[in-house]
Amino acid sequence: MATLIRNAKPANDSWQRLDPAADGGLPAIPAQGDVLVPLKLWQSSSSALLGRSSGRVGVWLAPHEDPALIADSLDALGLIAVHFPQFADGRGYSTARLLRERYGWKGELRAIGDVQRDQLFYLSRVGFDAFELNDGIDTQAALSAFGDFSEAYQSSVERPLPLFRRRGAGAV
Amino acid sequence: MYQYDAIDQRLVDERVAQFRDQTRRFLSGALSEDDFRPLRLQNGLYIQRFAPMLRVAIPYGLLSSRQLRALAYIARKWDRGYGHFSTRQNIQYNWPKLEDVPDILAHLASVQMHAIQTSGNCIRNTTTDHLAGIAPDEIVDPLLWCELVRQWSTFHPEFAYLPRKFKIAVSGAAQDRAAIQVHDIGLQALRDEGGAVGFRVLVGGGLGRTPIIGTVIREFLPWPQLLNYLDAILRVYNRYGRRDNKYKARIKILVKELTPAVFREQVDAEWAHLKDGPGTLTGAEVSRIGGRFTRPQYQKLDALSVQCTQALAREPGFARWAGRNVHAHKVPGYAAVTLSLKKTGVPPGDATAEQMDAVAGLADRYSFGELRVSHEQNLILSDVKQSDLFAVWQEAKALGLATPNIGLISNIIACPGGDFCSLANAKSIPVAEAIQRRFDDLDYQHDIGELDLNISGCMNSCGHHHVGHIGILGVDKQGAEFYQVSIGGAQGNASSLGKVIGPSFAQDEVPGVIEKLIETYLARRDGDAERFIDVVRRIGIEPFKEQVYGNAHQKREARERQLATA
Repeated sequence: MATLIRNAKPANDSWQRLDPAADGGLPAIPAQGDVLVPLKLWQSSSSALLGRSSGRVGVWLAPHEDPALIADSLDALGLIAVHFPQFADGRGYSTARLLRERYGWKGELRAIGDVQRDQLFYLSRVGFDAFELNDGIDTQAALSAFGDFSEAYQSSVERPLPLFRRRGAGAV
Repeated sequence: MYQYDAIDQRLVDERVAQFRDQTRRFLSGALSEDDFRPLRLQNGLYIQRFAPMLRVAIPYGLLSSRQLRALAYIARKWDRGYGHFSTRQNIQYNWPKLEDVPDILAHLASVQMHAIQTSGNCIRNTTTDHLAGIAPDEIVDPLLWCELVRQWSTFHPEFAYLPRKFKIAVSGAAQDRAAIQVHDIGLQALRDEGGAVGFRVLVGGGLGRTPIIGTVIREFLPWPQLLNYLDAILRVYNRYGRRDNKYKARIKILVKELTPAVFREQVDAEWAHLKDGPGTLTGAEVSRIGGRFTRPQYQKLDALSVQCTQALAREPGFARWAGRNVHAHKVPGYAAVTLSLKKTGVPPGDATAEQMDAVAGLADRYSFGELRVSHEQNLILSDVKQSDLFAVWQEAKALGLATPNIGLISNIIACPGGDFCSLANAKSIPVAEAIQRRFDDLDYQHDIGELDLNISGCMNSCGHHHVGHIGILGVDKQGAEFYQVSIGGAQGNASSLGKVIGPSFAQDEVPGVIEKLIETYLARRDGDAERFIDVVRRIGIEPFKEQVYGNAHQKREARERQLATA
């Protein structure tokens, strides 16, 4: 079971992630509980998902899936996750920034898939606040990765003003 | 020189600490080889044929004497006493030990240097004109813009895991000396009618397996938008660049598949959201960065030094060197001097620790303690008084750094090739040396005139063979090393890609083939002023082919046509 880090602390996870079947078929919808569903299931069955007796709905995006496709649904969602099949597939970094900066997602944004300690710093800068760490990673040691660097030059989700604008304002 | 401030320094120090910890975890087995690979690559560390190779950035080619001494120290203490200057303003060490690399990086940080993002699928070291800031044909000094791009690209959180490597080059002069047409992004700094700075933006150029000349997607980008526009290009590339095939993953393939017009539309759509946002550069920041560059305190001198003129008349050897290795300077009475790392018998771009120390001394005595590294793999003293040129020549000669061959056939650009690189199909260094030996007669070299000869040991084209007037590419033919020869390539404003002349050659045939190409040129040229490349452009490659292969290839082609129609 992957360890969840939320807001830079180990956290409990109430969400059940649903994956498409090996043949691409969509998974069945559980009657209750918080469910994190693939985009396709959300697109085909949003009413059924929202009409359940209890539990919230979240959507996870594959690297190639455009976050614009859920931009109109944000109010209905309790979680958005972005999947990294391998950590070196960096498309999810842009997905995260777009969700935060362009579409205004304020809720939990979770990195899932191949998520390791050495990517946490950049992931957090582009707007992820929750991380399902790979098995076997020392969680306590991984938390120190958020402090790998004490400053950053660029504009980012966590600190929209780039260093040069903060210098100008005397804030550095 | 750009001087780090406290934050610049802290970030580089923190990077060393981060990599020290990653190396420790790798060596202890906590981090697998696969997971460590992208991390070490983003710190310049390859695993090569014999040992790791460490690539250190020399941002935009600017180097102080103190930094060069540190590079010499590293060569001596952790390597085998030399380093290799690459074609992208980097220096490479071929023999460091993996466990020593954190200490090497710490030593670099102590002189405001680093190996950040010199490898891996991220934004690499930004390169520029080796005469930036001093060239008489300069429109805009590119150095401060390069530093702004360096800061923007350093640890950019969104673009650390791109489909493939990403290289940016900046030129600020009328003559492009930074190869901006063959970079992922090329920036040509310009001024509008009111004198305001902006950039012509080219994308999708590159060498490698699929050489392509870049396309202009914006004629004049006002400077405040520079970083926003770069963000827009990189975001489109990061999202849509191919990741299914590493040979089709560079931005040039995306631009080609979409067409430049559609690519530009996508960038503009992205830019529309970023324009005037927080990433918009400010005048205050531009002046702040400009103010962190130390500038030489030039003296007021006559445009032509009397001593220099007299020495030129007196010493033919000096005159020959001055004609090739000394370059005009925008400040009267000064000149830039190329110290050639292309002496016959020495691998192109290699310098020993002793040479580096000695060159640092020359820079201190004659060039305000500053020097440059060129993409042609030479070192440049950027600000030498003309009255000192004779003394510099004598000292450089004693160091083996005064070969008067800049722009000539023996100033070969070459990658490390199969002697070191695990990607190479064939060796480069012995081929370079054999050609240099064949053309060792300096009078003959000067008679041949301007000629760029570039050698790559494989398709990855680190030796820029596509843009050599003569290009040589190492290929693998059933397990044996062969060399394909092309002609007609060029770098600079009139960049072009060379055409292959025909079937490849064994290593020992190569010098003879080059000789035949040169003979053809000499027989066909319309006087001394017509360069090799000009003749190729005028008469095409057929006469060269004929000279090299006889008419064997025509006979074969005719036979193949007959067979095809039979």
